[in-house]
Amino acid sequence: MRLVKPPAGIKFSGDDSRSEAGRGGPIVVALAGNPNTGKSTVFNSLTGMKQHTGNWSGKTVAHARGRYSYRGQDYLLVDLPGSYSLLAASAEEEVARDYICFERPDVTVVVADATCLERNLNLVLQILEITSRVVVCVNLIDEAERKKIRLDLPLLSRLLGVPVVGTNARDGRGLRRLQEAVYRVASGEISTKPLRVEYGRPLEEAAAQLVPAVREIAPPDLDSRWLALRLLEGDSSLCRTLERRLKKINPQKSEALAAGIDSARALLERQGGGRAAADLVVAAIFKTAAGIARQVARAEGGNSRQWDRRLDRLLTSKSFGIPVMLALLGVVFWITLAGANYPSQLLAEAFFRLEERLGALFSAAGAPPWLEGALLSGIYRTLAWVISVMLPPMAIFFPLFSYLEDLGYLPRVAFNLDSFFRRAGAHGKQALTMCMGFGCNAAGVIACRIIDSPRERLIAVLTNNYAPCNGRFPTLIVLASIFIGGGGAGAFSGSFIAAAAVLAAIVFATAVTLGVSKILSQTVLKGLPSTFVLELPPYRKPHLGRILARSFVDRTLFVLSRAAIVAAPAGLLIWLLAHTTVGDFTLLQWGARLLHPFGSLLGMDGYIVMAFLLGFPANEIVIPIVIMSYLSSGALLELSSLEQLQGLLLDHGWSWLTAVCVMLFSLNHFPCGTTLLTIYRETRSLKWTAAAFLIPTLTGMVICFLVAQTARLLGLA
Amino acid sequence: MTRELMPLHELPVGCTGKVMQIKATGAIRRRMLDLGLTFSAEVAALQKSPSGDPTAYLIRGAVIALRAQDAAQILITPAH
Repeated sequence: MRLVKPPAGIKFSGDDSRSEAGRGGPIVVALAGNPNTGKSTVFNSLTGMKQHTGNWSGKTVAHARGRYSYRGQDYLLVDLPGSYSLLAASAEEEVARDYICFERPDVTVVVADATCLERNLNLVLQILEITSRVVVCVNLIDEAERKKIRLDLPLLSRLLGVPVVGTNARDGRGLRRLQEAVYRVASGEISTKPLRVEYGRPLEEAAAQLVPAVREIAPPDLDSRWLALRLLEGDSSLCRTLERRLKKINPQKSEALAAGIDSARALLERQGGGRAAADLVVAAIFKTAAGIARQVARAEGGNSRQWDRRLDRLLTSKSFGIPVMLALLGVVFWITLAGANYPSQLLAEAFFRLEERLGALFSAAGAPPWLEGALLSGIYRTLAWVISVMLPPMAIFFPLFSYLEDLGYLPRVAFNLDSFFRRAGAHGKQALTMCMGFGCNAAGVIACRIIDSPRERLIAVLTNNYAPCNGRFPTLIVLASIFIGGGGAGAFSGSFIAAAAVLAAIVFATAVTLGVSKILSQTVLKGLPSTFVLELPPYRKPHLGRILARSFVDRTLFVLSRAAIVAAPAGLLIWLLAHTTVGDFTLLQWGARLLHPFGSLLGMDGYIVMAFLLGFPANEIVIPIVIMSYLSSGALLELSSLEQLQGLLLDHGWSWLTAVCVMLFSLNHFPCGTTLLTIYRETRSLKWTAAAFLIPTLTGMVICFLVAQTARLLGLA
Repeated sequence: MTRELMPLHELPVGCTGKVMQIKATGAIRRRMLDLGLTFSAEVAALQKSPSGDPTAYLIRGAVIALRAQDAAQILITPAH
């Protein structure tokens, strides 16, 4: 399951591929495969930009479809979730199996990892039992070459009875041949004779005994032997699906069938030495897979995984593992912050120049000042601020993250940190969702899908907001530079202080995340730790160009759309509040006066609390709102130097304590509008969305209160 | 030499063993089987995480990390 995907906004019914196809419609190609096989790369390479992502109906399992043309024919490529097997142990596998079984794609392409053929053949062999229109795509052949693994793909094709194409999707090698094979299988030019796994006498006999009874209720195009085996295994999810999809009698509810299953099971029991049907099935599949892999793949040059082992010994070692991780994270942040600085400035200047031109236009057109104010000072300026602050860092952070993900390093992070999360009652993969949250909390929340268990997923979702996103970095950095760094001398050391402040905030945020996770897992979200199975894929050289392009485009679009949808209305609201006078004060000032007692309890003041509230749509406008309020300027303002800002804040009663409390509250407060909306979409529960709002806020209030009062009591501020 | 059964999490790093039995049931058992932990499959303990848990194992050519509490459900005979 890929971590770095753009926020999904589309819901499919899940079944409409067939309705699009049919006479003259596109040929439907399902894309299946184990996780970590480069399946997404195959998908992206074939479909380019002609794709969209969404959810499978009723599930939060990602779903992507795309189109491509080949030989004048249209193809609809459906990217199924990565799965180890179709014998449904998880929602992903159920989705993949149901699609292949019941949606009847024209061709199924199974992507396998050339460096790990034996394990991958498990899924291939299972799919061959369901449909004969299969093309096996052995991907990552460049990695196999690097590891001196010799593959005999023609032999593999003969043994499996279906076309096999070797590809290196990252560089585009073999994709043409893949499309050709798909074309030929779809048109019937190639007729395949897929290998059938031999299950050994006990199971084969038991299945044969059951087949006649099964044939009565089975749909004609579903293999009876396959169905008989599934019934012997006791696959209840399949039965539920059959009932739902085909409105046939539920095999588990038909008495004759149930009796047949029982007697077949008894036969199996007698002859099979007491081993369960499921065990026998998987054992037979793997025996076949191992036999094939032995003939087809030859590891020359001895230990082909030497480099991976060495690297892992370093990166997950007791002494170096975690320091290296922190250092890498620090580097990522440093590059993000240092790299985003100049572009942000450029964008801000460009927007400002444009604003002046627009202002001139407004005057020339004789527009009333309130209109110019609302549109220009309110909406436009907020939009400009949000874009120039958010776009550069996001456009750097996410590609960097994608790079680490494609490299294969991220699972190692989960591996290193799992014990902390397990003791907090959570899941090791939460470390990864937290990291995503550093870029953008909405993305972090979506990333929580990689956690299978619903309880642990919810913990990860509820605590994601403790991870400060790119939008909160400016707040943290600016305040740290002024009140801790003493005014930010020079660009380089300024970046250094900035990175250090952010890193400190992150360590703090991690501690809070673990603490709150623990509390949640012992109170509202009690339960047992789920099974933790984490695959550590081989390290791969990421393809820089593609990552940058895709990530950059995804993130840019996200920031721009969010600016339009969320920031523009916020800007209008802020302008209205700052310009609507009731009595002696503007609404903004009234709000600040009202909130002041509350604010000072927390070490802040009324304007700051107002700013946080008004910053609900977007975290990055909090400090600008504070500046605007203090200057009574009525519009968001940027101060050109840190000294000016420092002066302004000090003039309004700020001390080091105020700065610390503001930073603490920034780290521990309600999620921004986009994130909250995403949480609602992911959890589909008003209750948990409300919890996601309240939990960080309450934590923040408590922490700020304690810090402020303690400091005052001790006479420190 | 008697071949005793040992839970997987006790297999020292650098050693290999053969899977004899899986105590887990249900979906977890299925997941373990599908990863290749079938009867007499070879497993090697590659390395532990900095805190000692989870441990990375080599299973049918792929590296899979398992927590001790889950690896304890898999009984193996070590190869000496």
